Amino acid sequence: MLTIKDLKASVEEKQILNGLNFEVKPGEVHAIMGPNGSGKSTLASVLAGREEYEVTGGEVMFNGEDLLEMNPEDRARAGVFLAFQYPVEIPGVSNANFLKTAVNEVRKSKGLEALDSKQFLKIMQEKMKLVEMDKAMTQRSVNEGFSGGEKKRNEIFQMAMLEPSLAILDETDSGLDIDALRIVANGVNALRDGKRSFIVITHYQRLLDYIVPDFVHVLYKGRIVKSGTKDLALELEEKGYDWIKEEVDATLNA
Amino acid sequence: MSTLQETKNKILTSAVFENWVNASPRVNAFAATIQEAAHSFLSQGIPTTKHEEWKYTNVTRLAQTPFEISANINTLTAAAIANEKVTADAIVVVIENGIINHAASNLSDLPQGLMIGSIHDMLENAEVKKHFLQHADYKTEPFVALNTATLSDAVCILAAANVEVDTPIQLMIVNTSTEANVYIPIRVLVVADKNSAIQVTETFSSTGNNASTFVNAVIEVMVADNAKVNYVKLQDESENTTHINYHRVAMARDSYQHLTTLSLGGGLIRNNLNIRLGDVNCTAYLNGLTLARNNQLVDHHTVVDHAMPHCYSNELYKNLIDDQAQGVFNGKIFVRKDAQKTNAFQSNKNLLLSDDATMNAKPQLEIFADDVKCSHGATTGQLDDESLFYLRARGIGEDAARALLNHAFAAEVMEGIAHEGVKEKMLDILNEKLK
Repeated sequence: MLTIKDLKASVEEKQILNGLNFEVKPGEVHAIMGPNGSGKSTLASVLAGREEYEVTGGEVMFNGEDLLEMNPEDRARAGVFLAFQYPVEIPGVSNANFLKTAVNEVRKSKGLEALDSKQFLKIMQEKMKLVEMDKAMTQRSVNEGFSGGEKKRNEIFQMAMLEPSLAILDETDSGLDIDALRIVANGVNALRDGKRSFIVITHYQRLLDYIVPDFVHVLYKGRIVKSGTKDLALELEEKGYDWIKEEVDATLNA
Repeated sequence: MSTLQETKNKILTSAVFENWVNASPRVNAFAATIQEAAHSFLSQGIPTTKHEEWKYTNVTRLAQTPFEISANINTLTAAAIANEKVTADAIVVVIENGIINHAASNLSDLPQGLMIGSIHDMLENAEVKKHFLQHADYKTEPFVALNTATLSDAVCILAAANVEVDTPIQLMIVNTSTEANVYIPIRVLVVADKNSAIQVTETFSSTGNNASTFVNAVIEVMVADNAKVNYVKLQDESENTTHINYHRVAMARDSYQHLTTLSLGGGLIRNNLNIRLGDVNCTAYLNGLTLARNNQLVDHHTVVDHAMPHCYSNELYKNLIDDQAQGVFNGKIFVRKDAQKTNAFQSNKNLLLSDDATMNAKPQLEIFADDVKCSHGATTGQLDDESLFYLRARGIGEDAARALLNHAFAAEVMEGIAHEGVKEKMLDILNEKLK
């Protein structure tokens, strides 16, 4: 589904990704962990097509297409979804109107008819339950005045509405209390259907108790330096990153 | 100077003017005022950019164009204007090329206590006698003077005491002329008597593809004790149109007025709004929205004049300026010595959508009372990149995302429109423009 080869990227002339290799197959859940500044969010931003990030080398293929050649909206229409680390507040645009526009643009790109208000409302009400969202939230402006937890729930709600084939969760768990975390994780788990893939970027092993990954990767200095199963996350939780850093730095210096 | 003098002569010696000033028996009641206004215009002339109030808005072109007062031709039918009505049930006065088109209007079955008609038919009305030509100051406003000196018709809307009309009253002002260099004076008098409540929507449009049109409108609104006037102004004319609009509201005690100005199309638009909160406990809202593109210039000059205590005013102006267009906002608030316990707020937010767009914003507060709450703020910026990316990352194309954000910016102004049907119609027009 997603194949990343030797990906190099920089932001403001500073190289962050240094030849990253990574593959995601349908239905897999990959967790990406790593110390601060290792390039986790840069990876998410590059995959979603954020313009401030410059790709300086490598390739990203998504279902046989060159993802890096596509603009952000085409990536979304092709089935890539980024749950933002910091969801943006957009005063004056209601959540429902925003999502209806988005869902219908994605449908249009697939040659499907636009949903009318009634059809849309029905689907929306169904998906709202996934993240325990109340009706008032859909009528409010996108993320405006939402608490941290509400914003993250709204991201998962959007994901549920757009039904992507690959979802990238960029620190969706950061700043959430345990109840909010559970709601978000339940939403994600409900969308695991054996075909949809997830890249879960996180600082905290805690999330992975709720969203159990197939693979755990450690990102350091812009590369994946270690991969394993969920046990690797537990090991990281216990021992921190220093032992990995030492291993990697020793190899680099050798 | 000679061209200026010539233009004055051109406008002021045209046939209609002569008729009004010298011949028409109908104007006897106002002949002295009209004469005085004519002389006042001659002494004031068309302002240049040296005039502080006209610094950013150059109208001297008007003095170089050989305008003729519009031929009073009516061609529109009720069927032809059906789609332009603000609501299906609206009470519509069609003013075509400067005069009322009675055939296209629907004034035959007005609600009890509501009178709408031409000045020609209402000269004997006591309210008309009292208020017509009396409020907009032609001595200091050259275009009011010109309007007063040249008007050939006027619409009067009179709501009697205790009359509440929920149905929108629409002043549908259409320029259908195909002639070049047409000058159209428009005059409106609105009197809302004690405890009355009305909704007025004024829509300016042009259908003719004429080379150069000059619309000069003066609207005078009286809001009597405890009366309520919701007023919407829509300006959506051709880019060959220069539109000067002077809107004066005189408010009595406990009265309410809500005014929304939507400047969505035209070549040069200048709005002069002058709201006088003349007695205690008045509430005044002034909202404005500009959508300017190409080489358009839209200038809002507002004056909110707090003369008495315990009044509230709130002003929200938003400007979306694209291409090489220019926006001007000049918002004056006076709080006079007696106007203690005044609450006066002003907010002006501007979005520049291109590198060549310009905006000049000038809030001006002059406060002579010491126990008041006043604030103003002006911001000018660009569309937020992060918001744009967020929308695109959800599959919304760049153009649609921009339109959505522009709409969101503008919607706050629309939200204030009290009548749901009118609001819906205005949103439709806005959405069409933002596509």
